[in-house]
Amino acid sequence: MKIKKTAGPIAISIFIITLIFTSATMTRAESKSLLMATTTSTDNTGLLDYLMPLFTEETGIEIKWTSTGTGKALALGGNCDVDVLLVHAPEAEKKYIADGFGKERTEIMYNDFVIIGPEDDPAGIKGKTVAQALDIMRDKGALFASRGDDSGTHKKELGLWKSSGKPLPEKEAWYVQTGQGMLATINITEERRGHTMTDRGTYIKYQSQKSGRAPLKILIEGDGILINQYSVLTLDPDRCPKAKHDLAKQLASWMAGENAQKLIKEFRLLGEILFFPNAK
Amino acid sequence: MDFIATGLINAFTLLLHGDSTTWSAVLVTLKVSTLSMLLSLAGGLPCGFCLGYFNFRGKRALRTVFDTMLALPTVFIGLMVYAMISHQGPLGEYGLLFSIWGIAIGQTILAFPIVVVLAASSVEGADSQLRLTLISLGAGRINIALTTLWEVRFGILAAAVTAYGRVMTEVGISMMVGGNIKWHTRTITTAIALETGKGMFANGIALGMILITIAFIVNISLAFLRKQ
Repeated sequence: MKIKKTAGPIAISIFIITLIFTSATMTRAESKSLLMATTTSTDNTGLLDYLMPLFTEETGIEIKWTSTGTGKALALGGNCDVDVLLVHAPEAEKKYIADGFGKERTEIMYNDFVIIGPEDDPAGIKGKTVAQALDIMRDKGALFASRGDDSGTHKKELGLWKSSGKPLPEKEAWYVQTGQGMLATINITEERRGHTMTDRGTYIKYQSQKSGRAPLKILIEGDGILINQYSVLTLDPDRCPKAKHDLAKQLASWMAGENAQKLIKEFRLLGEILFFPNAK
Repeated sequence: MDFIATGLINAFTLLLHGDSTTWSAVLVTLKVSTLSMLLSLAGGLPCGFCLGYFNFRGKRALRTVFDTMLALPTVFIGLMVYAMISHQGPLGEYGLLFSIWGIAIGQTILAFPIVVVLAASSVEGADSQLRLTLISLGAGRINIALTTLWEVRFGILAAAVTAYGRVMTEVGISMMVGGNIKWHTRTITTAIALETGKGMFANGIALGMILITIAFIVNISLAFLRKQ
């Protein structure tokens, strides 16, 4: 009796174990595969889902990516846990190379940041410069949602507050640090009827989700200080001897190449270009 | 709040139309949680049995340690496992980071104390009456231990189900150690986090429904085993 009762579960477990082991060995066998750490904006907008299969098709290199804030992406590279980075924080990237973590920085594309807020613009910042707008929000205590997650966007926003010459309003009640991704932060901003700074690509994505009825509108754009540059960073081969530097270089030159640059420009949402290619 | 209704409809379309991304996440979730369950049951059941069955010095202290481990936050486990298996960490050379095995290690740490504590409790609960009866029937020590184990099988099944539910629904470890890599380490829970981050609430709810359905199927099959 006992044997009969236990036979079923045992057979099931053996089947599952075999299943797991065979699949685990299968994934180990990939040879030409590249691991990239990237920022939420390239993934959330769908750019990578569109672009990377074509990279694999043309070069035969399988690419996997984990998307996180730029700060964590740089840390993953610093620990040699990934092979290559696609990030957007030029100042931090240059320091990263100077500190001996990164090797080469290849500029790929840019978009720009915009400051968005309620359509009726209760704080009255529409059309102002970034510096003026920040001062107005500070004086009026108008709600501002910050990413607060050490991402490229967060670093940029901190830079803007810093350039105003006044202390960061970190502890003010109107300055909300979400600690989440860009779209999540925009949604929080919408719920609280506040303001936030976002890359244009993510804003267009947000608009497309609201099917053209987005309560938050662009209030400030076109200020030169708002350029958002994306680059591919390769790691220092001496620090990370096991990282796949050759494949990483191949990715950098493919992204900067004519074909990929054209593809990036063709990637549109609601008819708008999300990223402008600018490789040299 | 119409995204809740949309989410329910999406759940069916995703599954029925064989959306490959969703199925990949389902498969990864099943693989990882089954793997970590097997590991934690293999280690946790003997430990739990001993902890409940035998009396020894420091038993209560050990019990307190396991009880405390029940409160381990998943992000913290994720961070510790990341530190161990990062390429700069002591286990870096095995390439466990961003792999199913890495997540399974973390989830095993999560499930282990649950199995130990619940198994120990059910063994303790059965002990008092049963042992006396067996002794009076003249059973040997090994026989008593084995019979006790058999008698508490439903308690142990409950321990396994609880641990499975915890493992399958956690997101901290999968995100930190697995990295939410499409086709490879994206589980249902990390996919929900991603969809929510993208503002696609309906998709998140659809995936949540799928996860609940899987849990339901697992529990039905276990209830079936119990009847037999």
